[in-house]
Amino acid sequence: MSAEHGHHEENFVTKYIFSMDHKMIAKQFLVTAIIMAFIGMAMSLFFRLQIAWPEEGFPILETFLGDWAPDGQMDPNIYLALVTIHGTIMVFFVLTAGLSGTFSNLLIPLQIGARDMASGFLNMVSYWLFFISSVIMLISLFVETGPASAGWTIYPPLSALPQAIPGSGLGMTLWLVSMTIFVISSSIGSLNYIVTILNLRTKGMAMSRLPLTMWAFFVTAVIGVLSFPVLVAAVLLLIFDRSMATSFYLSDILIGGEVLNFQGGSPVLYEHLFWFLGHPEVYIVLLPALGLTSEIISTNSRKPIFGYKAMIGSILGIAFLSFIVWAHHMFVSGMSPFLGGVFTFTTLLIAIPSAVKAFNYITTLWKGNLQFTPAMMFSIGLVSTFITGGLTGLILGDSALDINVHDTYFVVGHFHIVMGLSAVFGMFAGVYHWFPKMYGRMMNKKLGYLHFWLTILGAYGTFFPMHYLGLAGLPRRYYSNTAFPMFDNLTDINEIVTICAIVGGLAQFIFLFNYFYSIFKGPKATQNPWKSNTLEWTTPVEHIHGNWPGAIPEVYRWPYDYSKPGADDDYIPQNVPLKDGEEAH
Amino acid sequence: MNFLIIALIVLAVVTVAQILRVFELSGKINNQDINDVTDEDNDRQGKYLLAFSFVFVGSTIAMTIGWWDLLLPYASSVHGEKVDNLMAISMIMIGVVFLITQPVLFYFSYKYRGVNGRKATFYAHNTKLEFIWTVVPALALTVLISYGLYVWNGIMDPEDKDSIQVEVYAKQFDWTARYAGADNKLGRANVRMVGGINSLGVISTSAKDARIADIDADIAMMKQQIAESSNAIKNAKREKTIAGLVKSRKTVIALELQTTPADLKNAEDDIVVKELHLPVGKQVQLNFRSQDIIHSAYMPHFRVQMNCVPGAHTQFIFIPTQTTAEMKEQENNPDFEFILLCNKICGAAHYNMQMKVVVETEEEYNKWISEQQTLTASLN
Ligand code: HEM
Ligand SMILES: [Cu+2]
Ligand SMILES: [Cu+2]
Repeated sequence: MSAEHGHHEENFVTKYIFSMDHKMIAKQFLVTAIIMAFIGMAMSLFFRLQIAWPEEGFPILETFLGDWAPDGQMDPNIYLALVTIHGTIMVFFVLTAGLSGTFSNLLIPLQIGARDMASGFLNMVSYWLFFISSVIMLISLFVETGPASAGWTIYPPLSALPQAIPGSGLGMTLWLVSMTIFVISSSIGSLNYIVTILNLRTKGMAMSRLPLTMWAFFVTAVIGVLSFPVLVAAVLLLIFDRSMATSFYLSDILIGGEVLNFQGGSPVLYEHLFWFLGHPEVYIVLLPALGLTSEIISTNSRKPIFGYKAMIGSILGIAFLSFIVWAHHMFVSGMSPFLGGVFTFTTLLIAIPSAVKAFNYITTLWKGNLQFTPAMMFSIGLVSTFITGGLTGLILGDSALDINVHDTYFVVGHFHIVMGLSAVFGMFAGVYHWFPKMYGRMMNKKLGYLHFWLTILGAYGTFFPMHYLGLAGLPRRYYSNTAFPMFDNLTDINEIVTICAIVGGLAQFIFLFNYFYSIFKGPKATQNPWKSNTLEWTTPVEHIHGNWPGAIPEVYRWPYDYSKPGADDDYIPQNVPLKDGEEAH
Repeated sequence: MNFLIIALIVLAVVTVAQILRVFELSGKINNQDINDVTDEDNDRQGKYLLAFSFVFVGSTIAMTIGWWDLLLPYASSVHGEKVDNLMAISMIMIGVVFLITQPVLFYFSYKYRGVNGRKATFYAHNTKLEFIWTVVPALALTVLISYGLYVWNGIMDPEDKDSIQVEVYAKQFDWTARYAGADNKLGRANVRMVGGINSLGVISTSAKDARIADIDADIAMMKQQIAESSNAIKNAKREKTIAGLVKSRKTVIALELQTTPADLKNAEDDIVVKELHLPVGKQVQLNFRSQDIIHSAYMPHFRVQMNCVPGAHTQFIFIPTQTTAEMKEQENNPDFEFILLCNKICGAAHYNMQMKVVVETEEEYNKWISEQQTLTASLN
């Protein structure tokens, strides 16, 4: 195997496009996700402009949206379309494919000591299916009746009936096709990650010595494999209802002056199926970010991660619980109140492993020797957002309280902070930390700090005030708040939110610049710039097929021997054998 | 204009790139990597983090105080007050945790900011500590869960089973209400009965007769148009319409036949109106239906929300405690109204799908309802 992987001639196409090398595929995922993220972000800024100044016309909206924003005033249907595609892009394309796709691919073989993924070919297929599904999703923006507009959760009947909203015509068809391909891509990827971690670990790399990143990616992949197929099932039944006149979700509908020929279906069935994926999806987004930051926080605290076993336990606990809480999104859907009680109970249980994680992070900082790399800054930011968002989850998970805040801006504030920001911060942290591994160069530190500070201020400024809007009763997915006198005095908050969003949004261009500038012009990286213990830093700076020029290193210890008493250096890489009389952890 | 902006952006990017280049080159001359984190960086960023925690906690407190009056409109229902108590206790609990953990996180970041040469403490685990922070949250949660479930069960399953029955009917993009009349029993309904002024599809004998008369008139009109026209394509279409009408006619007759005489009678005195009136202090059961897609009936003042699902029946029981007049006075706002708004994405006018809710004294309510015409009366 190593001979084949050694030096064989490659041309541009096999190296940069149809590459089967996990490191190149990781970069492909990352660049695609960055592009999607900027598109999704631009959409959110557009609809924030609309909601904060509903009477105003913005020429920029007309420039980008054309007929959909005549005189710079957005059409209500397009507002909903932008919200829908923004949510879809951010959750699935950026934070599922982008995050797992980038870092699972990059790090799994490097950190477990493997020459590549179990199947390089399937890995390539996974990326290209993701690419195709991204393209289809973007094409749907150019459909004349607009893209899917029923919210990222696409509840039927709204998503099933073009009579109800124009986006449920061709736009929705493309959404469904795109998402189906997306799930195939994600499932192939996840299977590959699982198999690789289980089978290709180097000698000595017991599961109990895996870095927490690996544990997080492994469990994420398992959750994905178990839950995404249910989304496909939900989507397929919806496709049947839309085009083959079945009635899985539809019943007794009179629309456009016509009684439709559906009988006996229930939209609540769809809600159950959707959220059976939808809730675990939150953790598919979150766990990789937590995994990355566990590694970064430990390395830059120059201390072992506190409670390694408890961290693994809580990842497993969260993963298990994430499958039995889905109906907390449905407390007021009309389902049995008894179920509401059950799901309140299971939901609030998740707070326990989450609290353990948060405390362990904080304790890891305690008495450390903290190195504030940009990656470390974003990791600390993640701990902060994870705590903030986790706490508001206790309100939403309580069925009695959810009655009043369900589907309000409280929810928008909550999930952006706990899943959006945490995952985005984790992703940034990962990029700053592993950039030298990806490109052999360093990103600029000063720009990194500037990016971090503008981002955390902009982000909290955007999403924190939303909780107050929600408590005041402001519903989400409203195109304008002018129809109700009771919301008139919320305009100030809405304007603050939008201004912060613009600041935070513009700050991302600093990152964009830093990223592309550093790929070409950044200073050359050394082999182990952060003095880290994990195996990826034992590979040469210049990428080679098969990762290590000689034999794969053997592993003798856990990954967190930082500042171990008795050692000269404050780090001992995993491939360094135990000294005589040295105790393994 | 656009060109100018683009040119400016390009210029800015090039400038930054050049500045970076200079930095990096001067770093090379000094023989150090400008991207290494120095003690100076650690010191500065550590202080910034500490400062941030003050800004963060401070603005949280400022927002909460400054916007206090906007939060949670006055709870105007019996269960609403209980929900608000639960909310207050939960908010205090999460507030305390927030105010402890966030400052500690940032303080530790500041306190232990790196210094070259200092060694961190090797501290990998502590079973006792970990046990404590598993058990303490678990205990706190037990309280929250028990209290939450107690409130929830009280709302969803009230002891008193006597309620005024009212139907709230949703469709793109408005609401309609139906009162049960003297018998306090709502008649049955079906979308296939909807037509003319029977906008909710109530099934009663007079509703059926009116529907049949309408359909027959439509069929007669179509037939006449066919007789007068020689356009074969249009006539084929009209034949199709007639076939559809005949089918509807059959459905309407069947629906009436399938309904028990008791249900037919319950429908006789139902009242259909565009405004929701509720007597203060009386328990009311709202029964929700939707004609097209999912909507959600949200009444923030009463802490009431329930989805309206096509093909299904949902409900919410509550007791209003404030009349509109009392609220006008209390809020010092003569324009105050209770509202019911749609809170499930439902299309272009979702943001404006509302209905006025009037809470009044029992006398006022009785007077109002006695002035409304029953559906049967308006059909005849
Ligand atoms: C520039 C940063 C962002 C801003 C300003 C922003 C703003 C918003 C706002 C205001 C809404 C609610 C609109 C409404 O309900 O009317 C929304 C919806 C949403 N956002 Fe974001 N967001 C941002 C980034 C993200 C990220 C990183 C995620 C990833 C989790 C995300 C995921 C979502 C989702 C899932 C929805 C729900 C879409 C729906 O209602 O169907 N957003 N965003
Ligand atoms: Cu959930
Ligand atoms: Cu609606």
